Amino acid sequence: MTETMNHLDRLEAESLHIMREVMADAAKPVMLYSVGKDSAVMLHLARKAFYPSPPPFPLLHVDTTWKFKAMYELRDRMAAESGMELLVYQNPEAKERGINPFDHGPLHTDMWKTEGLKQALDLHGFDVAFGGARRDEEKSRAKERIFSFRTASHGWDPKRQRPELWNLYNARKAKGESIRVFPISNWTELDIWQYIARENIPIVPLYFAVPRPTVERDGLLLMVDDERFPLREGEVPVERSIRFRTLGCYPLTGAVESEATTLSEVIQEMLLTTTSERQGRAIDKDGGDASMEKKKQEGYF
Amino acid sequence: MTDPVYVTDALIAEDIDAYLAQHQQKSLLRFITCGSVDDGKSTLIGRLLYDSKMIFEDQLAALEADSKRVGTQGQEIDFALLVDGLAAEREQGITIDVAYRFFTTEKRKFIVADTPGHEQYTRNMVTGASTADLAVILIDARKGVLTQTRRHSYLAHLIGVRHIVLAVNKMDLVGYDKAVFERILLSYRAFATEIGITRFTAIPISGFKGDNITTLSDNTPWYKGPTLVEHLEGVEVAAQREVEKPFRMPVQWVNRPNLDFRGFSGLIAGGSVKPGDAVRVLPSGKTTTISRIVTLDQDLDEAVAGQSVTLCFADEVDCSRGDVIAAADTPPEVADQFEATLVWMADEAMIPGRSYWLKLATQSVSATVQPPKYEVNVNTMEHLAAKTLELNGIGVVELTTDKPLVFEAYEGNRTLGGFILIDKLTNATVAAGMLHFSLRRAQNVHWQALDISREAHAGLKNQKPAVLWFTGLSGSGKSTIANLVEKKLHRMNRHTFLLDGDNVRHGLNKDLGFTETDRIENIRRVGEVAKLMTDAGLIVITAFISPFKAERDMVRAMLPEGEFVEIFIDTPLAEAEKRDVKGLYKKARSGQLKNFTGIDSPYEAPEDAEIRIDTTAMTPEDAANLIVERLLG
Repeated sequence: MTETMNHLDRLEAESLHIMREVMADAAKPVMLYSVGKDSAVMLHLARKAFYPSPPPFPLLHVDTTWKFKAMYELRDRMAAESGMELLVYQNPEAKERGINPFDHGPLHTDMWKTEGLKQALDLHGFDVAFGGARRDEEKSRAKERIFSFRTASHGWDPKRQRPELWNLYNARKAKGESIRVFPISNWTELDIWQYIARENIPIVPLYFAVPRPTVERDGLLLMVDDERFPLREGEVPVERSIRFRTLGCYPLTGAVESEATTLSEVIQEMLLTTTSERQGRAIDKDGGDASMEKKKQEGYF
Repeated sequence: MTDPVYVTDALIAEDIDAYLAQHQQKSLLRFITCGSVDDGKSTLIGRLLYDSKMIFEDQLAALEADSKRVGTQGQEIDFALLVDGLAAEREQGITIDVAYRFFTTEKRKFIVADTPGHEQYTRNMVTGASTADLAVILIDARKGVLTQTRRHSYLAHLIGVRHIVLAVNKMDLVGYDKAVFERILLSYRAFATEIGITRFTAIPISGFKGDNITTLSDNTPWYKGPTLVEHLEGVEVAAQREVEKPFRMPVQWVNRPNLDFRGFSGLIAGGSVKPGDAVRVLPSGKTTTISRIVTLDQDLDEAVAGQSVTLCFADEVDCSRGDVIAAADTPPEVADQFEATLVWMADEAMIPGRSYWLKLATQSVSATVQPPKYEVNVNTMEHLAAKTLELNGIGVVELTTDKPLVFEAYEGNRTLGGFILIDKLTNATVAAGMLHFSLRRAQNVHWQALDISREAHAGLKNQKPAVLWFTGLSGSGKSTIANLVEKKLHRMNRHTFLLDGDNVRHGLNKDLGFTETDRIENIRRVGEVAKLMTDAGLIVITAFISPFKAERDMVRAMLPEGEFVEIFIDTPLAEAEKRDVKGLYKKARSGQLKNFTGIDSPYEAPEDAEIRIDTTAMTPEDAANLIVERLLG
């Protein structure tokens, strides 16, 4: 071991410390797993934090039924490899009403994700949930604590968050309150990619470019991932070499045209690109400037 | 507009693998920026992000639109808008919390704590500084050293930030005048020396125009020092120094997947460790040897400060969360009374004598704080007399913990010397503290071992000692029922003693009034007396309003499990006020009596008292019978 730790070593050590610290006060922790690259890194860190024990909590996937097929495949594989229990939750009301991103707009995210998450946490009585949010993602996240308190109704009050000094986290809470913990808060998009490369962490193949069927719509390049994609008049799927910088519901996630087929090339593109990571996300755009902050107050992760 | 400087390395396009290999080995520096509201702090951070290409085109487009709409720089780009995060703040035009930003250069990755300069937010600056290796103190060249500058410098120094940079900003607005810069430098140096800052680096900059941020500016040919970024890239990172210190690792978690493996996980807080090293587990003091350093990748030959690892011992030595594994020959101290500096962070003022949770490294204990020896005026550095600390107050206090703490002076080890206090009722983090040293009192006053034990005392009386703690509003019926209970127990040959609130105030506690602090001390003394009486084998009955849950829990914690019986005499306020046996409610309502529970001072009803008596549904006689039955049954 070299005497000077590099920035990835220090970020890793910090994340491991945070995860272990949660175990001191948590009654029933869970790790939210969205199958994206940040989740992949978070899961890898959890395995490191508790090795040789398996991570002492289950994985929870709040599913919308509209994720990319390739995401469901990797999800099941990673759960099996890590030896962790995988819980999948789909909001029954959204399912019954057939809520989908094509017909229901913002209601889709609200019901499947925001409501679905609250329901899943309440159903299992989880008091601490690990999430893969990073402070560099979006402006309102820059002020988020690592241990973020939620009221019994899952509300987030930016003015009532506890100060976090040194690496001391106050994880005490009253009955009914819960905590969202963000162990990779201080990682940037570049750190995530460098770490995936260094640690050889499996990620969804959608992050790499191959020819895929796409249509251009409302300024986004969407992939026609399955037969549920309703084509508008005159739309014909076109094969384009594309990849994704973030992954969500396939009808809401914009792809970028790319030739990057290896991790190095992906990082290269990232470093040379001129648009931000969340730019491909339709979700940040409704509600104007304070959109994400508003969603968080309502209980979105 | 200057071109992005750092990441647009030709190497990225030409040979990405070579670039990545080179960038794997960057170090990490955490720093904090402090300045007053108009010093241009957000602009500087926006500039650093912009210059290091952490701002993308879509963000830039939004920024340009915003700048024209709400910006303060006319048609030019207002970088401050990039970092003013929350909607409420943007409307007010000030930042109100700590935000963390990230950028990277050829040599380093940086995490910036952006802390507000607003008067009332000392708390946020201390928070941001607690993890910082370096502080950038911003000064508006037109205004020079202000009260806020002094405050920020004092706080940075107090938290132990090792590197101070004085960034004299807005040089463009004073015509890049060397004399202005030197005048500010001189006046800052005088002040810095006064508070113990011996070294700092001063740089003339313009965050808005970009002078001396990444490249030396032609506008300041008289300045020969480094640019801000060069300096940030060059300073030593704190983690490097920690490796030289003696080995310490607070245990976070015991790793026990099966009977064959037992490891102790934690983040190394100082020094280094190798298999074969002799270590001591504190506070027990037991020694053993390290057998393995386990990680997922492989066992390590050595681990150093800053790494998260799992250690295994050669012997079966007891060790659990909160313990500290340390170099066997240079262990840290263990004590239960300390002097410390406290920074108060809650709206509710500190209450001397109240019991708070204290968290230090992975240790959690109960702690009580004495009234401050003095408070520090952060603007003048004067020491002031104080009875308490209010929000953003800083003072030196003595504190006592209920269990021994493994610690080091904060100066020597941030992890084992820095702590937070947590309110037991609201669970809010109310203070940050830095331990100076243990008090000799704690070292010299030892427990005298007594030959006649508490068991022997109780055995002779043929009873099990207990404290029957009556709590409830004034006039709820506590004393009446307590008296009946004692009479019944006495008749049954039980050795009892009744401590009554009013009576105690005639003697033991006649020096105490009815302020929150005095009420807590009142209960603490009664608790200690009750405890001595149970040591003597007695059944103690107490009748005190004891309105605060924290104090009732404090007494509960003094006694062995099961000996504290909380009895909640539950009488609604309207009913107690209607009875008003002593005429006190009337006085309180007319304002003649201050701090009266239920009127202008709160009563925190017990949530899970052992016994609850509803006096609207039960006579005192029935209540007394029920209590005796529950105690002896």
